[in-house]
Amino acid sequence: MSAATSPIGKNGGGLAETVVAWARRNIWTIGLVGLLVAFLAITKLIQPNYGAPAIQGLAISILPIAFAAVAQAIVVISGGIDLSVGSVMALASVTSAVLMKDQGDLFGVAVVLGVLLLGLTVGAINGGLIVATKVPDIVVTLAMSFVWAGAALLILNTPGGGAAPWLMAIISGPLGSEWLPKALIVLAVIVAVVWLPLRRSTLGLTLYAVGSSPLAAFRSGVAVGPTKIVAYALTGFFAALGGLALTASGGVGAPVPGSYTLQSVAAIVLGGVSLAGGRGGVLGPIIAVIVLALVRTDLTFLGVDPNLSTAIQGAILIGVVMFGSVVAMRKVRA
Amino acid sequence: MTDTAGSAGTAGAPRSPSLIDGGWRRMIRDRPLIPLVILLVVLVAVLELAKPGTVNGNWAATTIRTAIPLAILAACQTLTMLTGGIDLSVGAVASMAAFLMATQATAQGPVVALVIAFAAAAIAGVVNGVGIGVFKVHPLIMTLGMSLVVLGLMSVYQLVMVQSGILIPDAIQWLGSGISLGFVPNSIVVFVPLGILIVIGLRRSGFGRLLFAVGDNSVAARLAGTRVWQVLLALYILSAMLAAVAGILIAGLLNNATVSLVEQSVLPSVAAAVIGGTSIMGGRGGYSGTIVGALILTILTTLLTVLEMPEAVRQVLFGAIIVAVAAAYTRVTGET
Repeated sequence: MSAATSPIGKNGGGLAETVVAWARRNIWTIGLVGLLVAFLAITKLIQPNYGAPAIQGLAISILPIAFAAVAQAIVVISGGIDLSVGSVMALASVTSAVLMKDQGDLFGVAVVLGVLLLGLTVGAINGGLIVATKVPDIVVTLAMSFVWAGAALLILNTPGGGAAPWLMAIISGPLGSEWLPKALIVLAVIVAVVWLPLRRSTLGLTLYAVGSSPLAAFRSGVAVGPTKIVAYALTGFFAALGGLALTASGGVGAPVPGSYTLQSVAAIVLGGVSLAGGRGGVLGPIIAVIVLALVRTDLTFLGVDPNLSTAIQGAILIGVVMFGSVVAMRKVRA
Repeated sequence: MTDTAGSAGTAGAPRSPSLIDGGWRRMIRDRPLIPLVILLVVLVAVLELAKPGTVNGNWAATTIRTAIPLAILAACQTLTMLTGGIDLSVGAVASMAAFLMATQATAQGPVVALVIAFAAAAIAGVVNGVGIGVFKVHPLIMTLGMSLVVLGLMSVYQLVMVQSGILIPDAIQWLGSGISLGFVPNSIVVFVPLGILIVIGLRRSGFGRLLFAVGDNSVAARLAGTRVWQVLLALYILSAMLAAVAGILIAGLLNNATVSLVEQSVLPSVAAAVIGGTSIMGGRGGYSGTIVGALILTILTTLLTVLEMPEAVRQVLFGAIIVAVAAAYTRVTGET
């Protein structure tokens, strides 16, 4: 990079240079925010009635996918990939719905904590298997997606169960201003409380280190295996949150994984997380989820067949990745 | 089975224990067919024990008939995995071919319908190949995205064509579901030449060797003068065409065609290739193991049905077996 010409930027150009350097580092996320604003404007243009209630609906509908995207982002940053995210979400969703049906509030809280623990355990099993068997992550998590989906079906064969009223209330409606949906706040708070301190910690640093080069991390004294297991456990934790969000937004548990795994991979790629590992964050993927949801909304407003919007989503995914790789290739040449 | 390329790829691995107890390990690594066939025989024996009288000529024919489309889909995975890729769009492409064939057959006749189906599959293959070969998109992402595109477009097409209905031509039905002489499935006619072509082609043809070379070390292959993007383009077109063949056979077998007909076979097709000893990291594997892998998965499904396991238990066991088999391979071959 050309920025390397002034490696000591602190006493170089002062504030302006620092800002430029920061912007250069976060160029992808900044671009995404721009895209988000553009799409919000387009949506408002197409549908002048688009206002606070629609934003609230949007926030609730993206919550499960947003958690799935965060889950996927963490594991991909650490150099892996988890194709069982959707199945773990289904498992968490049915477990919570079956246990919470017709129970008290306090029991509901216990269930939520239990399901999060379940997610951690399930993720740790995924990671443990990958580390212990040395089988590629794609194969292990693909196979485990069968296992967890099967387990979900064993618990609940058809959509059913119920959600505790407080769990549904926690994500529906606005807080304070009508433009501030509770679902978005829940997402922001959880990510801020769990991910931000983690990223600042040694553990966060090792996650990125293992993702960018396992060998270099190993030679620097990082315990690569345990770090991977932790990454998968965190992924399981966020997938379980996604499952809880499914239960909370639908009011019932859904045993079929749906296309959440696919959507989570799409979101992280759009969100600037490198599939090679070691690069990206969780903010980009979350914004990407919102952008993708807005694209779907706009297409619906325009009267486009919802099936065609699936195709368009796929095309966007491919297009963005191609764009990213072209940029990367030019950078190598320059 | 992977005579030159396979052993050349692992010979330098320092972790494989040499000479001392390397004999049986090397056998499993270089000839995974032997333990796989043993596993197959054991499964058949268990099936016969579980429900005496199951194993007969007709059973063999229906098993092979079910396994053939899976084996062809698994060929897509085997070939792409040899180069370190994967093709998750086979389900969408195969369903597309089957559905196009079935809807166009009513108005255009079977021959034109088949041409349309294969042409559409080829286009999907070209897009995959260009994305992966030229733009260097990760195969997993490219083919996942492609499956979304194909599925979406076909759903739109389905609404347009809702009037026409579907027709599976008699010849396709005969090919997909017919059984001759009481124990020979007709789809053998398609599969035997195809299978021989792939097995021999991988070992003997230049293209086959290029696949191993690209998968083993694509930089080295490029420096040695291989146009890697051309190899990948040809590979993903081939994969899409094979998927189309499988989709049309499945349409004939089930006498039905929908836009998501083959979707549920995608994960088993990856599983068959993995069980057959092809490494998802590229450079090691072959098609004969994959064929046995497809047979093993088919018989396993029958066995679990005979034992009256619910669908959920079947899924759990499927997943567990894939992990176990893949783990056994990695342990034996000492690869990571």
